[in-house]
Formats: sequence, C-alpha cells, structure tokens
Amino acid sequence: MTPSSTLSQKFGYSFNWIGMIGLSIILFWATIALIAPHIVPHPVGEIVDEDYFGPMSNELWLGSDYLGRDMLSRVLMGARYTVGISLAAVSIACFCGVVLGMTAAVVGGWFDTVLSRVLDAMNSIPSKLSGLVVVAAVGSSISVLVVTLAVIYTPGAYRFARALAVNINTMDFITVARTRGEGIFYMIGSEILPNIIGPILADLGIRFVFVVLLLSGLSFLGLGVQPPYADWGALVHENVGGLPFGAPAVIVPSLAIASLTISVNLLIDNLPKKIRDRSA
Amino acid sequence: MSTYIVNLVTVRLLIAALTLLIVSFAVFFATAMLPGDTATILLGQAATPEAVAGLRTAMHLDEPALVRFLHWLSGLLSGDLGTSYVNNVAVADLIGGRFVNTMRLAGITTLISVPLALTLGITAAMFQGSLYDRIVTIFTIGVISIPEFVVATSAVLVFSVYLKWLPALSIASDVTSIWQILKIYAMPVISLTFVVSAQMIRMTRAAVIDTINTPYVETALLKGASRPRMVLRHALPNAVGPIVNAVALSLSYLVGGVIIVETIFNYPGIAKLMVDGVSTRDLPLIQSCAMIFCFGYLTLITLADIVAILANPRLR
Repeated sequence: MTPSSTLSQKFGYSFNWIGMIGLSIILFWATIALIAPHIVPHPVGEIVDEDYFGPMSNELWLGSDYLGRDMLSRVLMGARYTVGISLAAVSIACFCGVVLGMTAAVVGGWFDTVLSRVLDAMNSIPSKLSGLVVVAAVGSSISVLVVTLAVIYTPGAYRFARALAVNINTMDFITVARTRGEGIFYMIGSEILPNIIGPILADLGIRFVFVVLLLSGLSFLGLGVQPPYADWGALVHENVGGLPFGAPAVIVPSLAIASLTISVNLLIDNLPKKIRDRSA
Repeated sequence: MSTYIVNLVTVRLLIAALTLLIVSFAVFFATAMLPGDTATILLGQAATPEAVAGLRTAMHLDEPALVRFLHWLSGLLSGDLGTSYVNNVAVADLIGGRFVNTMRLAGITTLISVPLALTLGITAAMFQGSLYDRIVTIFTIGVISIPEFVVATSAVLVFSVYLKWLPALSIASDVTSIWQILKIYAMPVISLTFVVSAQMIRMTRAAVIDTINTPYVETALLKGASRPRMVLRHALPNAVGPIVNAVALSLSYLVGGVIIVETIFNYPGIAKLMVDGVSTRDLPLIQSCAMIFCFGYLTLITLADIVAILANPRLR
C-alpha cells in the first residue's frame, strides 16, 4: 500500500493520482509562498547580472530579468503575492457571499428578491472591466486589490450558496428548527452550513482560480500589484520586452501561473463525488 | 408562438434593461465617488480657489450626486458621452474609429472560432471517451485555466519567435498590401480565437453529450444507427438550442479577452483606449468604454437566455 492511499483512507476519501498531482503542486506553491524570504538565493531588488534577459545558467537558474535581477528569487517571492492576495480575496468573497446567500434563502421575501437582483446585476459587469473601473477610480494598492477582487467575486459565491441553501431550506429539519423559534444565526450556522459545506469548498477552489486569473490579468496590464512588489502577472508585464527573444524571464512566471491554476482545476475535477456533489 | 413564451422573453428583456440601469449606476458611482475633488485634481495643486469653484460649477460638480447621475445617463442616451479630462476632446470622437476596429477584431474572431469550435465540440462529443476526445478536453481545460495574456504570449512565442511566421508585438503603421493587413490581424485573432473557442468547445461538447444521454438517442443506437448518424441525425437537431446558447455565452468571453489582446498587441481599439484611460485616470472616457463593454456583454448574455427559452420544446 502506497503512502498516498493510506493518507487518503485516513480522510475517508479516495483521491485518484491526477488529483494527487494537483494537490502536491498546490502544496508546493503554498509552501514556497510561506518560506520564500528564507530561500531566495539573491535579494529580489539586487542587480546580479550585467546582462539583461540573461539565459538560464548555473549561477542564475532561471536567468535574469529586464534589469539583470535574479529571476528565480523574483518568481519565488511573486508566489507570495499571487497566492496571498488571491487567497485573502477569495476567502472574503466566499465568506460574504455564503453568509448573504444562506441568509437570503432563510429569510426569503423581498430581502431575497432585492439582494438577488442587485447582485445579479453586479455579476453582469465583466470582471476585468470592474477591476479597471475601480483601479481607475481609487488607484492600485494591495489592500485595494484584495477588496476589489473580493467584491467582484462575492455575487458569484452568493448565487452558488443561495441555490444550495434554498434546497436545504425546504427540508423537514429546517421546519422543525423554525418551529422551535431558532434565530437566524443558528439557522444558517448550525442547520444550513453543515449541509452545504462540501460543495461550497469546491466552489471556493474554482473561484480561487478566477481570482488568480483576474489578478494576473490586471497586473499584466500594469494596473495590479505595483513595483517594488511583483506578483507573477506583474513579472510577465515588466519582462514582456524579452518576449521576442523567448527570454525565460517572461516564460517562467507564465508557467508558474498556469501550473497553479491548472492544478487547482485538476484537484477540484478529481475530488470525490461525496465532497463535490452540488445536490449535497 | 404562445403568449407564455412572449411573456418570458419580455420579462428577460425588462430584466436586462433593469440590469443595465443598475450597472450604469454602479459604474457611475464607482468612478464619481472619488476620494478627493475632481476639479482640484484636474487643475492641480496650484489652482486658485476661484478657478476650482468655477470649474466645479461648469462641470455640475456642486449638484447632488443623483442629479449628476441623471445628467450623465441622459447624456449617454442622447449620444453625448462627455469630454475627456486629459485632452479636452469629445469622448465620442475618441471612441468613434476605434469602436469599428474593435468590432472588426471581434467579428473576425467570431467568424473563425464559431465553425472551428462547433466542429471540434460536436466531433469530441461524437467520439466521447476516445483519445481524440481526451486530447480536445485536456486542451480546452488547459486554455481555460490560464490567463488570456499567457495564451497571447505563447502564441507570440510559437508563431513569431520559433516559427518566425509573423511579427512579434509591434504593429506596422504603414499598411500597403493585403498581406500586411493579414499579418496585423493574425496574432490578435489567433489569441482571441484560442480563448473564445476553448469555452465554446467545452460548452458545445457538454450540450451534445447531454442530448446523447437521453433515451431516444439510446434507442437510435440500439436500432443499429452508427455513432455519427446517431449524433448528427438524432441528437444534434435537439441540441441546437443549447449549442446556440453556448455560443452566445462563450462570445461574452470576448470582452475580457479583447482587453488583454488589444493591450498586448498594441491594437488601436476601444479596450486599449480604456486601459490607457485608466493609467491617466480619464474618467469620462472610462465610464463610456465601460458602458459599451457592459452593453455588449449584457446583450450576449440576454441573447443566450432568450435562445434557451425559445429552444426549449417544453415551453412551446
């Protein structure tokens, strides 16, 4: 018996090997994001190569960027911003969306109707456009980015959670709890949430991918994370001049984004039905 | 057509109109509720208080926000898009020609990606589970999972760096032959086609497979029809509604794609104009561009909804 299958048996779920690959790449980037400052071979701002867009070498594993800075260090530190900002934003978005969604399902009536209509309307602004409009209005900083991304993806999380909660809301134990006279917080926290938590977490994973894509897109346009900080999208943005020479400085951050987002998708796609199933 | 369907479609159109109103409200207030005073920002730190006050009156900034919103909205409806803060040109003039450029880019992409995606999606569903199907599926998931700019940069790497078929990022300003026009459109269209097609292939495949899993299609297979015949004769006519729906929905991904692609290839369209406007904080320009994009996106989404209603045989 392989260690992985014993591990998954411990959790009571069986992952297939594609899911395991996805999970290990996610864990790899999460670890990098945590320990990056301790393992970078060169300080991120230091110019270590006399040449710009240097090739891969023994000294600089991933070559150098447009100023001759070490690309490996910059990619490792970039993981911190890409993973950190996206995770913060998606957590806020899902928390707000899920709480509002469950409340709307339990309360119902005009509260539900108005909230749904307004959030649906917010949802019909293309995400990149909302990002551009907010950045144009208030400028770009890491905290603004987190809040903006969270606001953009709250309506989606709301819609998903509300759809699940409405199904649960018709069950007998909800009627019983209502008859007992339980308050709204008890209803959503103890009766509804435990029944929808699996699909909600899977949805959080998918939404995380959307956030990473949008954040990278904004940074790529030069409107996301601002220097001296750089996430992976910003790394592609600042090194895009190396594209005609096929410099590793522009290829590596792109690959890093792709590896993270594809892994999350693979993991979610291969989650056991027990967790993922929408009908819960 | 029954009155029930007419009612459903009317309701959808009304919802779309209401949504557009809420969206314009959101766009206006996101940009108009700036911290700091617009007149002061425009005139700079050295401006005299009188000049600031004069500009405030001229720009109606001293009126309540709701009144300004209504002003802006009625201007928008009558075609007056306001004046750019940065170079004092009417926004409508800035947008004019570039709007045509963007529509041309979107149009060419649609013409290429729709037949391509439908062919790949339907054949993948036809040979569900085969090696061909798996390759198509892995490819589409791959493209969907990565940002548009990675698709675009990869296209540049493949077609201009390694194969050297096309120019990389620069766009020649002196266009003399058809060959050069083709070269200008090639890279943006290739990148956009990848982004939009991946979505469309995935949704088309899912729509056809949904139909294949119905009992009457199974009957067709059991009575001895070949797989292509089963799909093309029996399943496809019933999947037309969901497929058209999938096409309209996928085309709404053009909006996000076009913003990235116009920027990376320096294409003179409204998305590039808007991104440049964001750097200079040219708010009237951004509001107008945002409304154009929201309108296009909402039109496609509403179209998808209406097609889904019209194509549902249970509602006839």
